[in-house]
Amino acid sequence: MTLSRRQFLKLTASGVGATSLGALGFAPGRALADVRNFKLASATQTRNTCPYCSVGCGIIMYGLGDRSKNARLRLVHIEGDPDHPVNRGTLCPKGASLLDFVNSPDRLKFPEYRAPGTSQWQRVTWDWALDRIARLLKEDRDKNFTVRNAAGLPVNRWTTVGMLAASAASNEVGYLTHKIFRAMGMTAIDNQARV
Amino acid sequence: MTNHWTDIKNANVIVVMGGNPAEAHPCGFKWVTEAKAHNKARLIVIDPRFTRTAAVADQYVPIRPGTDIAFLGGVINYLVSNDAIQHAYVRAYTNAPFIVRQDYAFDDGIFSGYDEASRKYDRSSWVYELGPDGYAKVDPTLQDPRCVYQLLKKHYSRYTPEMVSSITGAPKEDFLAACKTIASTATPDRTMTSLYALGWTQHTVGSQNIRAMAVVQLLLGNMGMAGGGVNALRGHSNIQGLTDVGVLSDLLPGYLTMPQEKDKDLDTYLAPRTLKPLRPGQLSYWQNYPKFFVSLQKAWWGDAATKENGFAYEYLPKLDRLYDILTVFELMHQGKVNGYICQGFNPLAAAPNKAKSSEALSKLKFLVVIDPLVTETSNFWRNAGEHNPVDPARIETEVFRLPSSCFAEEDGSLTNSSRWLQWHFKGAEPPGEGKTDLEILGELFDRVRALYAKDGGAFPDPIVRLAWPYVLPRAPSPEEIAREYNGRALADLPDPKDRTKIAVKRGEQLTTFAQLADDGSTAAGCWIYTGSFTDKNNMARRETDDPSGLGLAPGWAWAWPLNRRILYNAASCDPTGKPWDPRRAVVRWNGEKWVGPDVPDFKLDQPPESGMAPFIMNAEGVGRIFALDKMAEGPLPEHYEPFESPIGKNPLHQRPVASTNPAARIFPDDRAALGTADKFPHAATTYRLTEHFHFWTKHARIPAVLQPEQFVEIGEALAREKGIRQGERIKVRSNRGEIIAKALVTKRLRPLTVAGRTVHTVGIPIHWGFEGLTHPGYLANTLTPVVGDANVQTPEFKAFIVTVEKLGVA
Amino acid sequence: MALESLDIRRRSASQTSPPRVRRRAEVAKLIDISRCIGCKACQAACMEWNDVRDDIGALGGSSYDNPIDLTDRSWTVMRFYEEEVGDRGLQWLIVKDGCLHCADPGCLKACPAPGAIVQYSNGIVDFQQDNCIGCGYCQTGCPFDIPRYGVTDGKAYKCTLCSDRVAVGLEPACIKTCPTQALSFGTKEDMIDIANGRVVELRERGFDQAAVYDPQGVSGTHVVYVMPHGDPALYRMPREASISPLVRLWRSSFARSLGVVTMVAVVIAGFFHWMKVGPVDPDAPDAPDARPPREGE
Repeated sequence: MTLSRRQFLKLTASGVGATSLGALGFAPGRALADVRNFKLASATQTRNTCPYCSVGCGIIMYGLGDRSKNARLRLVHIEGDPDHPVNRGTLCPKGASLLDFVNSPDRLKFPEYRAPGTSQWQRVTWDWALDRIARLLKEDRDKNFTVRNAAGLPVNRWTTVGMLAASAASNEVGYLTHKIFRAMGMTAIDNQARV
Repeated sequence: MTNHWTDIKNANVIVVMGGNPAEAHPCGFKWVTEAKAHNKARLIVIDPRFTRTAAVADQYVPIRPGTDIAFLGGVINYLVSNDAIQHAYVRAYTNAPFIVRQDYAFDDGIFSGYDEASRKYDRSSWVYELGPDGYAKVDPTLQDPRCVYQLLKKHYSRYTPEMVSSITGAPKEDFLAACKTIASTATPDRTMTSLYALGWTQHTVGSQNIRAMAVVQLLLGNMGMAGGGVNALRGHSNIQGLTDVGVLSDLLPGYLTMPQEKDKDLDTYLAPRTLKPLRPGQLSYWQNYPKFFVSLQKAWWGDAATKENGFAYEYLPKLDRLYDILTVFELMHQGKVNGYICQGFNPLAAAPNKAKSSEALSKLKFLVVIDPLVTETSNFWRNAGEHNPVDPARIETEVFRLPSSCFAEEDGSLTNSSRWLQWHFKGAEPPGEGKTDLEILGELFDRVRALYAKDGGAFPDPIVRLAWPYVLPRAPSPEEIAREYNGRALADLPDPKDRTKIAVKRGEQLTTFAQLADDGSTAAGCWIYTGSFTDKNNMARRETDDPSGLGLAPGWAWAWPLNRRILYNAASCDPTGKPWDPRRAVVRWNGEKWVGPDVPDFKLDQPPESGMAPFIMNAEGVGRIFALDKMAEGPLPEHYEPFESPIGKNPLHQRPVASTNPAARIFPDDRAALGTADKFPHAATTYRLTEHFHFWTKHARIPAVLQPEQFVEIGEALAREKGIRQGERIKVRSNRGEIIAKALVTKRLRPLTVAGRTVHTVGIPIHWGFEGLTHPGYLANTLTPVVGDANVQTPEFKAFIVTVEKLGVA
Repeated sequence: MALESLDIRRRSASQTSPPRVRRRAEVAKLIDISRCIGCKACQAACMEWNDVRDDIGALGGSSYDNPIDLTDRSWTVMRFYEEEVGDRGLQWLIVKDGCLHCADPGCLKACPAPGAIVQYSNGIVDFQQDNCIGCGYCQTGCPFDIPRYGVTDGKAYKCTLCSDRVAVGLEPACIKTCPTQALSFGTKEDMIDIANGRVVELRERGFDQAAVYDPQGVSGTHVVYVMPHGDPALYRMPREASISPLVRLWRSSFARSLGVVTMVAVVIAGFFHWMKVGPVDPDAPDAPDARPPREGE
């Protein structure tokens, strides 16, 4: 414990002064003191799985509102699921701050389009974006699809458009992604297993 | 993982090598803590860096990046020379007694059959000697000089402690101390677990790093045991699942493989994949390949897949080459790729050589990014100053950015490293107009299909006839998809024991892949997932009971295959069906059938004395010390230098071509972009920090607070040499680019003496970029080389070379 | 006064006697340094639960320390020290810093604002920012240099041991999240038992000097440490923690009666000072010496 001269002066001078407030009868009649109220009393609980690493920790997400029609659920807190056999309620620093991922200011909210050679995004509708992407896919496939190889064997291959699948997407998303793009003959399908 | 997270607590020795679970998998690492506390387990960490895992280890051994096989080869040599192997296990459950063909050879770093021009092996000599009965020959005494055990012994005799120390830089006494601890588990009542991650895979010898540990674990009798195994700690929450459902260029769901050009019809495709037993009485489970494949085709093309049309075999594309991400970026760079869809994937940040990736993306006509967050890839055209110095006006790519929901805003399952499929539930709406990935896929495919139905086009059949039985075609539900990959009966299925009875009625969900048929009477989109969604969603199970006390948690979620928690668990019993160690009995033979707290990995009614061996997926029934012709660069792991090596030459081999992995693929431009040790003298490696997850969490406030700014770690000796002080800015250069960051000077990176000279290691955390809440930084992959593992093309992020310059005070 | 969810044992600068009928078990947090992997999950969970977010700072410490010090919004931080320790060679010592919840709390004793610092009957020492006058005494009174001032509201903040969670029967957020059981929570009695058990285990592993840190100079703490290498100085904790004698002096009855006399003088002197110099700028930053140096303490 070290005390600088300045601290000493500060403590003794005003310290003695403040100490005397009580003696002079300035003590408030009731100094309110209580813990902060528990903030999750009626929050909606939902079970989920942490989307980061492969431990697959169980989490409980606490949402504002009771799922009634007029309340828009927004998550206010996330913590570990104590029943989960692996994490048993614990979470790492990333898992413990999942709320800040869900509510990140960098979440995308609308479909956007960047035209060739420009340097900004413009907001577009889902229909416009998906119609255009569907057409681009079909045009490229129709133009570059290989029905047969040089030896005349059917190969049904489309190599000029590729797909990278999400490592945090669900099995259902991964499966449907695979089904759709293989059906189109796509060969350049990959996921994040390598990187 | 062959085992599972909680099982780590059953280990006596934990070897962490090629991973850093305390930082990358903290909540799984708790089971290491438990093993130490309740099992008096020893934790050994072998790593170029003194990590936060090393901080709580009993022993830390430093090694130079990219020398793991040299170290493990030394361990194998130690075990064999000191007779520290579990003999009964090795004789009965490994291919140690198998006789290898006479013309198999190994000389000066090159195995038999090498063709230097194509950099490929003719692997036909790397197989067993077959007897007149068609079965492999064996010598149970292990004395035949051509048996695997003798070949192994000879192969690793070169890996002496002195050689190991010279290559890896690990002090000899530290290496020997680690060997001693590892060898202590060669008894039936002690097990060792191996925990690894991308520290092993991201090398040109990545697959062989893992193989080397598999050999060690087979010699010690640790495979199939509780507290044993070779355990991959997968990097992402569902990379196991994405791999299981086969979303890789050369795979189909359930580890079925994509047809190649040479597989001209269904029979040609199936024959080499339908593996017949290589020893008498073996199960060789891949004999069932046609059932899995036909059921997949029925799930995808339904009524359009008939016996007559080879179950729509023609609809599948036939590969002329591998289309892994490195190849695709090479093709893109050559202008041969026009469109790219990135679904929750940020390749500009994640792929090697950022300059090349950036040029490649600029050559695309269109790029579609589906993501919950802003990513560097979606903004690759944006000039972000020094961190992304591009000119948007010169980039003609049109880019779409589609907002997707995140985990919290959707239902579905993720498969963790334990192979557990865990179902999760939606707890909020996505912000703004965000949609779930299934909706985006449904909307997009429905449009494509409508265009083909209306206008026709190139081979429309596989598209217009794709089974799409979803109630809302533009929004398939997660449950509908899960039911589909689980599979169902398309006709009444007879009971195999009494064919007059019906076991599964038409339309019912299947409960096991044993019900699958190759006649079109079943559909299942991913055979290893059969059982996950039966009459109920087993992935959503939440029973916490653990009757065995071994942490199996059999009622929690659902593990593939068949809710089995430990793979190869029949090997946890001796050849009479009795557990090697009664304290960790997971299965046993009760005289009539296999029983136990885990689901037996065996034919349930097959008596042990029948001679059927426990590695039922292998045609010979035993674990492979010798990998036959399955690996690109050889049947036994051999040390090859990283493609960028700080010592330039492999101390084990004279032939230049055997300095680095002779079978690894490298494109000409990428080879030209490799640096040499005279200009780039320091070993470098990239890695994660515990506070961040890849390039996501820099968008989340708290992780950004916990690690706000890019830095590079250098040892005190290197810092002294260069006059660099803590916190000063330094420039790190490779032959592909440079990054500027603050220096973190640490005792935890120490110089190693390698082949007589001093090698410093430079540590480069990956988490920064030109987007996010953290301070802007350089993408670490500006520095990394484009060359991958010879078998699976995982890029060599964990061993390359750089030079370091001091820039001065920040 | 008896309606609080936790009974109050002591309240700063107050004479009123708290209710003493109900007995609640004393709680404690155990920090086992030998199990800590420095992942900072506790820091994350603390910010998340308490709805505070610290600034996105700069890399400044000598290792992975971020934020580099406690602040009004970082109530706990991990401190990383790379040390060569005898035969064991390099050790990366990782110490979770934050309030120790002293049984004899120097902050409370020093605090002149009635009810700004309270001690609950379960041992938690909590700051009540509504009553805080921002004077800085708690900092000087604290033997462990814990309280920090808010840059926006000038009030003192520190770890509450999640009194809001504990009040409803939950463990603190940091305890719950800790992946490796480096943190435990329960009654003080249980925590001391566990801590002693851990010391035995550590000695078996060759940590001959392993010890429990429960400094008696402040009558023990409600946050106790297991220190594998024993010596608190290695972990930058005081070997002999105690409240400054000055704090004891000025909170005595002698000081109080002396105070009445001096107060009059202070008011007069203050008046003349104000006439001469003008009002004090409340936004002026405090002197940089407000906090004693940590390194080499």
